[in-house]
Amino acid sequence: MLKIFTNGLLKENPVLVLALGLCPALAVTSTAYNGIGMGIAVIFVLTMSNIIISLIKKTVPSKIRIPIFITVIASFVTITKLVMAGYTPELSKQLGIFIPLIVVNCIILGRAEAFASKKSVLASMLDGLGMGIGFTIVLFLLGGIREILGSGTLTLGFPIIVDPKTVNIMGSSFTPALLLILPPGGFLTLGIFLWLKQLITKN
Amino acid sequence: MNFGALISISISAILINNFVLSRFLGLCPFMGVSKKTETAVGMGFAVIFVMTMSSAITWLIWTYFLQPTQSNLLYIIFKAFGSNVTPSSFDLAYLETIAFIIVIASFVQFVEMVIQKISPSLYEGLGIFLPLITTNCAVLGVAELNTMTMNLNFLESIVHGFSAGIGFMIALLLMSGIRERLELSDIPRPMKGLPIAFFTAALISIAFLGFTGLKF
Repeated sequence: MLKIFTNGLLKENPVLVLALGLCPALAVTSTAYNGIGMGIAVIFVLTMSNIIISLIKKTVPSKIRIPIFITVIASFVTITKLVMAGYTPELSKQLGIFIPLIVVNCIILGRAEAFASKKSVLASMLDGLGMGIGFTIVLFLLGGIREILGSGTLTLGFPIIVDPKTVNIMGSSFTPALLLILPPGGFLTLGIFLWLKQLITKN
Repeated sequence: MNFGALISISISAILINNFVLSRFLGLCPFMGVSKKTETAVGMGFAVIFVMTMSSAITWLIWTYFLQPTQSNLLYIIFKAFGSNVTPSSFDLAYLETIAFIIVIASFVQFVEMVIQKISPSLYEGLGIFLPLITTNCAVLGVAELNTMTMNLNFLESIVHGFSAGIGFMIALLLMSGIRERLELSDIPRPMKGLPIAFFTAALISIAFLGFTGLKF
């Protein structure tokens, strides 16, 4: 059982190994805080939809299973969207359309199809948690690196360093590389992550 | 009709805010089917078609079913049957994600069946890409942008959907052309496959940053 949980963290990490869920992984990680916010939203939706799909797997006819899975996922995404808009309006504004787009995040439908529609409820729940946490870790690292190098700050919800012009987490001589918080920086950072991962696993 | 606005929306969706390279929408198919130019062309045309049509359909759903206005069809129907309702009883905007994804999924399924029936040769070419398009976030993304974020009107939505599809196809074609050559070149082994594709995408994305200042 524990193995199912740790599987998603490293060995089958959704972003680094399976290359799923790339859109939010790049789009929201201009800061570490946004990355964690998106990660937690995905953990919730993935775990809950895995549980429900595992519960209904015997009653769903296999021909129309995809629309049914998508409807289940979309309901949890709507819950997440409303909760986030209510309790964390700032974060909700930052993540924008990427909250509703969790519906088409390939990790969630992929796990529903490959895991939850075959295995027991408990196993599906652990798989959802593991995959979600694996996703969150990658988003946090991506966001952290891009934020520190790209704007010289690290604000985890509360501003650790307020004004990047006066105080800089990297020391006053450091000039932030704006490129890293722009779109190319996302591709570049994730490219380096994937490169390091292949470097480690292939040797 | 403001023709200038349409051109501006179109240029913006194709070059300045390219869906793949600057908005990060549709990355899975962008990385997945860009290994060969032939498949990239097929996927590109399928995406252009689905994005244009689903922009139109989701705009109609949004305006006539989910908005609390006098022209909400549910309001009109309930009123015709004599119920005591006001337009604000039908403020269903929160259902937008569920409504859009179901409409898009069934539309794609429908198109697949029609193409299979009418033109088997076209189905051979596009058919395998159609199921993939349902989970292409660019399609749901353009629907959300049209209605929630940008508040476009009907014609603008269609133009935006079509241009976004063109932008997706341009990015996909550029990428597939480069990746076909990368297959033959001598790359360090750990970089083969996805890492080098991401570095390539970063370079193309830097080039597209050059369009940022473009204004009409």
